[in-house]
Amino acid sequence: MRLLIRNGRAIDPASGVDAQRDVLIDRDRIVAIEPRIECPDAEQLEAEGLVVAPGFVDIHVHLREPGIEHAETIESGTRAAAAGGFTAVCCMPNTLPVNDSAQMTSFIVERARRTAAVHVHPIGAISKGSKGERLADIGAMHSEGVVAISDDGIPVMNSGLMRRAMKYAASFGITVIDHCEDLNLSAGGDIHEGIQSMRLGLGGIPGCSEDVMVARDIILAADTRTRVHIAHISTASSIAMVRHAKSLGIPVTSEVTPHHFALTDDRIPGYDSNYKMKPPLRTQRDIAAAVEGLADGTIDCIATDHAPHTGHIKMQEFERCPFGVTGLETALGLSLEHLYHAGIVDLKHLVRLFTSAPCDCLGLERGRLRAGGPADVTLFSTEREWTYDVNDTLSKSKNSPFDGHRFRGGPVATVVSGQIVWTAEGGMLPPSRNGENQPFAVRPAARVSRSGRRGPAQAQGSAE
Amino acid sequence: MQSRGPSPRNLLGIEGLRRQEIERLLERGRHYKSIHRHKRLDTLRGRSIVNLFFEPSTRTRTSFEIAAKRLGADAIGIGALGSSLSKGESLVDTLNTLSAMNPDIIIMRHSASGAPHFLARYLSTPMINAGDGRHEHPTQALLDALTILEVKGTLAGLRVAIIGDISHSRVARSNIHLLARFGADIALCGPATTVSTAMTRLARGVSLTYDMREAVRDADVVMMLRVQLERQNVELFPKSEYFRHYGLTLEHVGLAKPDAIVLHPGPINRGREISSEVADSQRSMILSQVENGVAIRMAVLEWVCAE
Repeated sequence: MRLLIRNGRAIDPASGVDAQRDVLIDRDRIVAIEPRIECPDAEQLEAEGLVVAPGFVDIHVHLREPGIEHAETIESGTRAAAAGGFTAVCCMPNTLPVNDSAQMTSFIVERARRTAAVHVHPIGAISKGSKGERLADIGAMHSEGVVAISDDGIPVMNSGLMRRAMKYAASFGITVIDHCEDLNLSAGGDIHEGIQSMRLGLGGIPGCSEDVMVARDIILAADTRTRVHIAHISTASSIAMVRHAKSLGIPVTSEVTPHHFALTDDRIPGYDSNYKMKPPLRTQRDIAAAVEGLADGTIDCIATDHAPHTGHIKMQEFERCPFGVTGLETALGLSLEHLYHAGIVDLKHLVRLFTSAPCDCLGLERGRLRAGGPADVTLFSTEREWTYDVNDTLSKSKNSPFDGHRFRGGPVATVVSGQIVWTAEGGMLPPSRNGENQPFAVRPAARVSRSGRRGPAQAQGSAE
Repeated sequence: MQSRGPSPRNLLGIEGLRRQEIERLLERGRHYKSIHRHKRLDTLRGRSIVNLFFEPSTRTRTSFEIAAKRLGADAIGIGALGSSLSKGESLVDTLNTLSAMNPDIIIMRHSASGAPHFLARYLSTPMINAGDGRHEHPTQALLDALTILEVKGTLAGLRVAIIGDISHSRVARSNIHLLARFGADIALCGPATTVSTAMTRLARGVSLTYDMREAVRDADVVMMLRVQLERQNVELFPKSEYFRHYGLTLEHVGLAKPDAIVLHPGPINRGREISSEVADSQRSMILSQVENGVAIRMAVLEWVCAE
């Protein structure tokens, strides 16, 4: 079965392509990318006025399976990923039990093979049970498919263990991802330590609780020459340190979440726990640093830290609510709003932040739009107006601070291994049976224009 | 749970009140104080009030109960000990129970900042915050203002020293919002680990010093806070030397204005934050604060019930 994506603006940051191209897919491979392809027997996907990008990759999500399936499963989380334009996600190991062994990794890989809507790459734990005491079975997990290691959320405080983990990870060429938080400095904290935490009488999480660990990790990366990736960087000081480390050639990369460049602590309404996450929302100064870091390459990529929690667990006293917000479905819209429409980065750079850049951080063979490569493609509009409604989320959880937010631009269709798995108007689409050329029920371009996008010519004009 | 009628009148904090609303409450407080205390009123006759105290409290709770009785209301107390509140009932379940009971007013004390705000978001019942965590204690600030006004006649231009563990104090926050709104100069003082510089940005006219003598010098009002070791999850100062640096003594009072008054929300820790000599001196307004507490809470109960 073949699929022809026609008349779109193809952007492939890795090769530098940014031009009108047709993309022909045969089964799970891209077979041709040309200015004009005629293939009448292929299923046609009209992409005029849309950007045709390599499938987006989110290297930081929590899928909650196994153990916390009431909040999310591999199936529901990857459906939300597809709705956000992502064709691959890397899932953190803080499940129940923790992904710290070959058995756990192969369980996740197998569940994903059977239930996931997009590709899933597990991230293994650094330490057994993420307890920060003994190394997890890093080599065995790597053999089963983990692409990086991290004790995300329960970070390694013991610098000796961290140093050994980095050295050991180097044996397998995998990246160590660190959630940088000194737990002694952040203890008792609920939101960023500042005037807002003082006003609300909530515990403060000072910026220095992140900074000291970023400094430590940079020093250890220089010492071990192992690749370290700083997860969800959030402070101006940490960003400045990463910039300096990169200038010294230290192998450190970093990511930022959309909520950390979209929201500040003083915008937390009352005691709404949908604004409670780690690291916490910081200040305008930190946002300015994050945006600058994204523009100059200090921050390599965008990742969501999608962290679903069910309703009842967020319906508590603020200080008792768990940390974390969902983010897969709003990531592109927020990035378009705060980075592209705001004039910070061009479209090619924006696409890079979601594709080749995150893949390069972990050494993943994805995030490229090239003939012969995997047929993972994200179609998005820079103009389509839509409103996020958490009640329509494909995630099992609704803990998003962006409920009701009006977006300009967002995903339109997601193609995974040659199959259209999601469209903005049709939602999730049933997988077509192997080998059969199923007629595509609705034409996406028509659907797109009905949902409020401006005329194709106009959209294309503004995108250039 | 999503059912919620027209927005009720709540008293969740001083910060959200307008100046005229505060003036009105203080005026009604003065009025209720002038009425003979044995006189029973029927302002709130037939109304049911639930005292929802998730945290132990004697004086605030008693004060509200007396205020409710004097206005003719029926007050039911639900305390933390011996009720489902101490058995780990979640706030959501409490919320559902309260919705079903449908009282006319809820008075709530909780150890978590924002807990009454959480309930108020879903309930159509007027809610009075009787202290939430480290956040606010609005009726305390109102009764303190009433006490200061009785002696000084005005708040504008007064120099008020607030001394103690400021960051953990809901009393301090509510007082800062109220006093600053009326033009007082506020000097915050305590060990540096308990007074964030961010507190000075809460309102206009707020300054900060770690030196007790500097804080009380030329003060019109010295407001002491109770040292609440139970609210500190880590040690912020060695408690053995607290009094030596931040305890209020007669010598300190001598540095203040000759007619300065001393306030304390109670219960006092003699020898920890205040010396017995000061607590029992003519300068101490502690008992008058207690008396004003009932009057101001009558005013607040009346206010939240007003159409």
